[in-house]
Amino acid sequence: MLFLDNFSVFIDDVSIVQAVSLNLDKGQMHVCMGPNGSGKSSLAYALAGHPRYKTKGTAQLNGNNLLDLSPDKRAKLGLFLSMQHPQEVPGVTVRMLLKEAFCALYPEQSLKVFEERLKVALELLQFEPLFLARSINEGFSGGEKKRCEMVQLFVLQPKLAILDEIDSGLDVDALKCVGEALHQFKKICPESSLLLITHYQRILKYVEPDVVHVLKGGKLVASGTAHLVHSIQERGYDQFS
Amino acid sequence: MTNSLKKGLNKNIVAEISQKKNEPQWMLDFRLKALETFERKPMPTWGADLSHLDHTDIYYYVKPVEKQSREWKDVPDSIKKTFDALGIIEAEQTMLAGVGAQFESEVVYKSLKKEWADQGVIFCDMDSAVKEHSELVKKYFSTIIPPGDNKFAALNSAVWSGGSFVYIPKGVRVEMPLQAYFRIDQESMGQFERTLIIAEPGSYVHYVEGCSAPVYQSSSLHSAVVEIVALEDAHVRYTTIQNWSSNVYNLVTKRAVAHKNATVEWIDGNFGSKVTMKYPCIILKGEGAKGQVISIAVAGKDQHQDAGAKIIHCAPRTSSNIVSKSISKNGGIASYRGLLKILKGATGAKSRVQCDALLLDELSRSDTYPTVDCKEEQVDIGHEASVGKVSEEQLFYLMSRGLSAQEASAMIVNGFIDVFVKELPMEYAVEINRLIAHEMEGSIG
Repeated sequence: MLFLDNFSVFIDDVSIVQAVSLNLDKGQMHVCMGPNGSGKSSLAYALAGHPRYKTKGTAQLNGNNLLDLSPDKRAKLGLFLSMQHPQEVPGVTVRMLLKEAFCALYPEQSLKVFEERLKVALELLQFEPLFLARSINEGFSGGEKKRCEMVQLFVLQPKLAILDEIDSGLDVDALKCVGEALHQFKKICPESSLLLITHYQRILKYVEPDVVHVLKGGKLVASGTAHLVHSIQERGYDQFS
Repeated sequence: MTNSLKKGLNKNIVAEISQKKNEPQWMLDFRLKALETFERKPMPTWGADLSHLDHTDIYYYVKPVEKQSREWKDVPDSIKKTFDALGIIEAEQTMLAGVGAQFESEVVYKSLKKEWADQGVIFCDMDSAVKEHSELVKKYFSTIIPPGDNKFAALNSAVWSGGSFVYIPKGVRVEMPLQAYFRIDQESMGQFERTLIIAEPGSYVHYVEGCSAPVYQSSSLHSAVVEIVALEDAHVRYTTIQNWSSNVYNLVTKRAVAHKNATVEWIDGNFGSKVTMKYPCIILKGEGAKGQVISIAVAGKDQHQDAGAKIIHCAPRTSSNIVSKSISKNGGIASYRGLLKILKGATGAKSRVQCDALLLDELSRSDTYPTVDCKEEQVDIGHEASVGKVSEEQLFYLMSRGLSAQEASAMIVNGFIDVFVKELPMEYAVEINRLIAHEMEGSIG
């Protein structure tokens, strides 16, 4: 699935992420934690192909080299990035984006499949159908933005989803909603892999990670089982050097 | 010796136009007087660059028969390609390119024609109206836009040909849009068409002209005049989509008068042309009258879209709304030029002006020239303007969902003009979205 080898990320020659290597298998869920500014989001954006980031090393998705591809080509290989601050696109409705994206990724599929996936997603993420007529992310609350990213996840059903702080800025109810939806996603798409970037333990109540990574100062300083999360909660990131 | 008139303009040519049309004396007199006005008025220098417009090098009247003689092979490839991208059927393509004569909507048109006639609605070309409805025409013709209004209104008055005449009787609501499309003949797409719409008290009509496909004109000047009279409680909506080939100077005067509690709306989409100067105007003459202008302008390489709106509040509790969207790409220039005038005594007048510009690259330009002239204190005026670029972050967001750079930018642009597209009849909306997608080809690296 996702294979990183000595993967480094730069912005204007400034090194942000250094020589990360990891292997995320089909159907697995990995969690990436770390203090603010440790390079977690940069890692995610660089993998999705944001033009601001330069990279070195290897990043492959199912054996395909990601690094020379534009973001849409990466999406077509099955990569999805849920963003921490998803962009507003005035006048472009949620339905329009979902449908165009679905058609781009599944040109052979009938729109019936699209409608079915959409229906499930709206129910799970607790959106009224009227929501689809709103401009994407425009005037959305923090919770609506994250739930809308989750709707996209369900409709697009990627092979690898990188979820960047999908649990930030959520109140208790929204967190429960997103957490339970994530749990459902794993059931609906058992072969999809997830890379969850988070600051908090709380979302992990809903989904059990296979591997936990700690990124600090741009370096992968620890990898381990779910126990690592508890250790972070108790003793913070200072224990890693 | 062919039948066509010579290039350039003088009294003889104007007289010949009138004579060929078998016009009454009053129209000939009107034309000749307008010609004097045209010759007297200097070229406007306050707007787009018109210095390359050579009045001596233009045919001012071309008989329909001669227009049809153009051949399909003479139509530029770029235009043919756009037809294909828009999915325009062949019969329509030839008509739009000025090659064929008739469009196969004749049947549809006939049944509609009967329906209109039963309601007392008059919808015909202006030339026929001068002869068949002369009293009505005489009463309103050029009362909204007199020849002396501007140089190009004078020109149109002298040499006009074709255009539509619409009369809606008292209380009649025409639910289906009247489309110039349905009775398209060579003249209605002419260079100097003249349209007059009269809406009697309490009536409603939506008039639609043009289409998103490029209109190929070998002639380089298009100068139309459109006049609307909306009497008490009447509601007139006028939708224009124009996509001129890039050699055309498109200099159009459009003005409406809204009487007591009447509503006038200009929905105006401007694509193509070399230079467009067009500022649809609404005079809110009666108490409680409402006006709305929603427009988009797309300026590409070597194009200058100088467009906007003019609203004049003359009476109490009148209200207006202007939404102007412009898109510039490949070095194109889009200017918004607006006038909002509120006369003394127009108490409680309300106006909202919003103009947004979107630049697709560093080469392109957008200017805004809003003028507000307010002589009344008890008014409520709002003006908002924005200039934006298609941001890297928006593009990345959409591309990360699987859309190509071109698809993503077309989506952003279509979103930007959504307020405009929403106002269009469905088939036009679909065409505009396709046109934008087509225009984006090659715009985004």
